[in-house]
Amino acid sequence: MDIKILGSGCRKCITLEGHARKGAADLGLAPSIETIHDPVAIAGYGVMRTPALVIDDRVVVAGRVPAAEEVRDLLRAAAAP
Amino acid sequence: MSTLSPVLQWLRTSRPGHGTLLAGLVAAWLVLYRINETLWEALLFGWLGLDPQQRLSETLRFFFYDTLKIALLLSGIIFVVTVLRSYLSVERTRALLAGRREGIGNVLAGLLGVITPFCSCSAVPAFIGFLAAGIPLGVTMSFLIASPMVNEVAIGLLFSLFGWQITLIYIGSGLVIAIGAGWVLGRLRLERWVESFVYDTRLHGQAVEPSPGLPFEQRLQMGAEEVASILQQIWPYLLIGIGVGALIHGWVPTDFFATYAGRSNPFGVLLAVGIGIPLYSNAAGVMPMVQALHEKGLPMGTVLAFMMSVVALSVPELILLRRVLKPPLLAAFFSVTGLGIVLIGYLFNALLV
Repeated sequence: MDIKILGSGCRKCITLEGHARKGAADLGLAPSIETIHDPVAIAGYGVMRTPALVIDDRVVVAGRVPAAEEVRDLLRAAAAP
Repeated sequence: MSTLSPVLQWLRTSRPGHGTLLAGLVAAWLVLYRINETLWEALLFGWLGLDPQQRLSETLRFFFYDTLKIALLLSGIIFVVTVLRSYLSVERTRALLAGRREGIGNVLAGLLGVITPFCSCSAVPAFIGFLAAGIPLGVTMSFLIASPMVNEVAIGLLFSLFGWQITLIYIGSGLVIAIGAGWVLGRLRLERWVESFVYDTRLHGQAVEPSPGLPFEQRLQMGAEEVASILQQIWPYLLIGIGVGALIHGWVPTDFFATYAGRSNPFGVLLAVGIGIPLYSNAAGVMPMVQALHEKGLPMGTVLAFMMSVVALSVPELILLRRVLKPPLLAAFFSVTGLGIVLIGYLFNALLV
């Protein structure tokens, strides 16, 4: 699994990254987690408001920080075959 | 969209603890706001025994009073606006703007810029997203100018510090500048000065609406988180702004600005905008300064122009936008917007008493 956090490096993006790491650990997943700060690359994902969460190249949340449980559910859904 | 029905539904279904917590917070807010003035007078002049006639003690009183007042106002405004705005999104705004002609498009973009949830850190992704969706350059510019200039924090603070007339004037003139500057920039046909990759950007992936069908309780939580995150972000600016405001309040003689930078001084507005552009702050930080400047006789048009230039144009924004705009367009953007602000300043100095 490949997780990307899109954001300008603000507090919200750090919170989101924390949720993603914790969710992945809870589910026993070992994804690659990458943070993308470059606004041009962020625009390439069609995201216009950060932070955003990208799982396996699909934007699942943009423009808000989802709760830790929501991130875990999204990871679980993405990990299900 | 009815905002009341989710509130009622939430009150019916939420656990009792949450409703009580919210009611308690609202009550605490009201009490603090109410006793703010008496509190600091009692503490500083009564308990500490400072002399109210002394400049230093009056400066201190202004500082503490204004800090608490603005912190309260900001928390309240940001909370309410975030909850309301969670029903809107940049994505929806873009969909509304797509396919609009210039003119109507500029007007709509200005209006949407006021209400769309947006932070200047997302200016570049939004700029690319708008242009890639085929929205004209000038219309996009109207959005990018209106968004920081006429934001909810500025509106709320102006309203509580200066009253509704000044607030309406500020909103109206901010919109006129955003619409006008965007239209002019569009007419100038500056598309070739946009970095070429912008038009080549392929938007892979579907645009995601941030919060469709989110339960009301989560929207309230978003509001609370936004308050915390904005206050954490801006408190240094806020304290510096209030500090400078307090110094002006305590030490600058009454009518100082009326004498030296009053209406009769033709360079007043130009000077204010010239100082305002390199200054980087947001509406919250600049407001206490603006209030103190006006109190000491700086005319309202000059005050508004100063505030707009601080909030709408800044060096960090210049650096951010340089990623997507080539220098000639960047220069045009700054000078057209700056010129609009200067004109508005002179206009209101001539009109307002």
